[in-house]
Amino acid sequence: MTTTSLTTSRGAGRAGDKVFSAATLAAGCLILAVLFGVALFLVIQALPALVASPDKIQGGEGFFAYIWPIVIGTLIAAAIALVIATPVAIGVALFISHFAPRKLASGLGYVIDLLAAIPSVVYGAWGAAFLAKEISPAYNWLASNLGWLPIFQGPASATGKTILTAGIVLSVMILPIITSLTREIFLQTPKLHEEAALALGATRWEMIKMAVLPFGRPGIVSAVMLGLGRALGETMAVALVLSSGALTASLIQSGNQTIAAEIALNFPEAGGLKVNTLIAAGLVLFVITLGVNMIARWVITRHKEFSGAN
Amino acid sequence: MTATLTPVKKRSALTKGQLPKWAPYLVLGIALILGAAVLALIGFNALGWGIVSAVFFAVGLVGWSAAVEGSRRAKDKLATCLVVGAFLIALLPLFSVIWTVLVNGLPGLTDPGFLSTSMNGVTGAYDNKSVEQGAPVVGGIFHALIGTLLITVLATVISVPVGLLTAVYLVEYGNDRPLARAITFFVDVMTGIPSIVAGLFAAAFFFAIVGPGTKTGAVAAVALSVLMIPVVVRSSEEMLKIVPNELREAAYALGVRKWRTILKVVIPTAISGIASGITLAIARVIGETAPILVTAGFATSINYNVFSGWMASLPTFIYTQILNPTSPSNPDPSSQRAWGAALVLIILVMLLNLGARLIARMFAPKAGR
Repeated sequence: MTTTSLTTSRGAGRAGDKVFSAATLAAGCLILAVLFGVALFLVIQALPALVASPDKIQGGEGFFAYIWPIVIGTLIAAAIALVIATPVAIGVALFISHFAPRKLASGLGYVIDLLAAIPSVVYGAWGAAFLAKEISPAYNWLASNLGWLPIFQGPASATGKTILTAGIVLSVMILPIITSLTREIFLQTPKLHEEAALALGATRWEMIKMAVLPFGRPGIVSAVMLGLGRALGETMAVALVLSSGALTASLIQSGNQTIAAEIALNFPEAGGLKVNTLIAAGLVLFVITLGVNMIARWVITRHKEFSGAN
Repeated sequence: MTATLTPVKKRSALTKGQLPKWAPYLVLGIALILGAAVLALIGFNALGWGIVSAVFFAVGLVGWSAAVEGSRRAKDKLATCLVVGAFLIALLPLFSVIWTVLVNGLPGLTDPGFLSTSMNGVTGAYDNKSVEQGAPVVGGIFHALIGTLLITVLATVISVPVGLLTAVYLVEYGNDRPLARAITFFVDVMTGIPSIVAGLFAAAFFFAIVGPGTKTGAVAAVALSVLMIPVVVRSSEEMLKIVPNELREAAYALGVRKWRTILKVVIPTAISGIASGITLAIARVIGETAPILVTAGFATSINYNVFSGWMASLPTFIYTQILNPTSPSNPDPSSQRAWGAALVLIILVMLLNLGARLIARMFAPKAGR
């Protein structure tokens, strides 16, 4: 090889480095610009509703009287979804990564991924046409046996189209997201940690408790937060499943509403200040997810030393 | 010497204090019989039988194990039962949804012309006629199929390069700089953007640049990209982070340029995880209804051009057929078309998933697991 060809190749490599790093930087900045655009648009369009006199907002008592019941409704639905989905998702991820026969594992993972493949509008149709009908006897049972708890206060909805049904549908929707991410993290647990635990005489469960879960904790938190983000922002499933109404403590009566469903159901026919009110509601949702993600980031950075290749 | 050898009649010390191998099968058999007996008392159904038997099985096996093997092994058995139970619970909604869609969707899908015709010119009069006189249900989803494919492909073409390059920046070039921290933070924020707000953003953006009332497939693709990019970035970032530093250092030590290291070593190592992340991102956006309703309108005829004219898509087709049936007095043909479209949508995404898995397997590095 001659000297010239050596220098040429070196020069080309240097240019490649520069072009590539510039491209990655540009992509990152584009994301910031897009997000800035979204936030800017939301704030500008929401301002008229925030500064309008209270009697012009729907309900006649100002924006905050309008927004807080649906904020609570959104949080209730997302909380139900997370409470159901998180333990099941971690169990499924462990089953696929550490319990299932090796030959079956990837096939079973694909089966769970199918849950993610089903579109939200189909879940909405399923929840409204099938699940709500099937689950309403259970609500009657809850109302008559656990009715002394405020959350199960009767009379139960006859159609089953309640916030609990919506929460269950949401939990099914976020399950594959949490599962697929935690599964990948569990599979990345250092083999040596696992084998060391087993060699010390640990049972499989003790090995998972000592090696897999501590390694995967930041991954689990970030997966759960991704699931929460989806549960908070999910529109169509709630819009189709929930028979909405005023804020109620009971989860098995019709009532409650989420922000996203409120926007979806009202936006197409909305005009004038109502549009601004709904966009302001979107802004509130945006702020809630911002808070959620800030907490998630804080948790993840605390456990950073465990995460991957540092 | 022979006299001091212990006789080998006893069970081996290694398997002493363990349940025999046939223990789970015995417990399962007893649990199934007990479950059937209990269900016979309160009214039999298959789902209840499964649940009651599973509880009996777990209690029986864990109890037996605790008595024979001690609490540590009993806990291990309990964890195994719970984990397998979680998997079975997760399968229930999957089969329920797929069964519902299959049963309701097959009549629509097998309708002649369902895949090859559009809803152009199909009015409530046809639906009334099909219900009252038994005429075949007319109208199809060809326009929606074309719309969904074009919009999703365009959104993927926009999102994957941006998302992947950003992930590379964050992991390889960011070095925890303020800009990298800001991007990570705001990508997290973007994952929480409700789909309908993303749609409103794209619509307002094009209203401002192209002109008011711009509703095309391209606008919808931009809206979907806003939803898709953060998912691609987050999953790719997690996967790139997991690539061991030793691989990078080995490449640098051989004098390989950083960009070639990334393209030839880092990304190929992580490609299976990245492909699975991108698949999940596509699966998320292909079924999004709200942003497409806001940005692409609702068309009943075929449109191949993403840059002009309203465009239908499968999710909005399902949504409008359920919510606003073509014939309000006879919603059955509309609901048949909606479930048929749902079936097509699910099949489409399943094929995408399968394709991504095959690609991932083809490019996966040889690894221990």
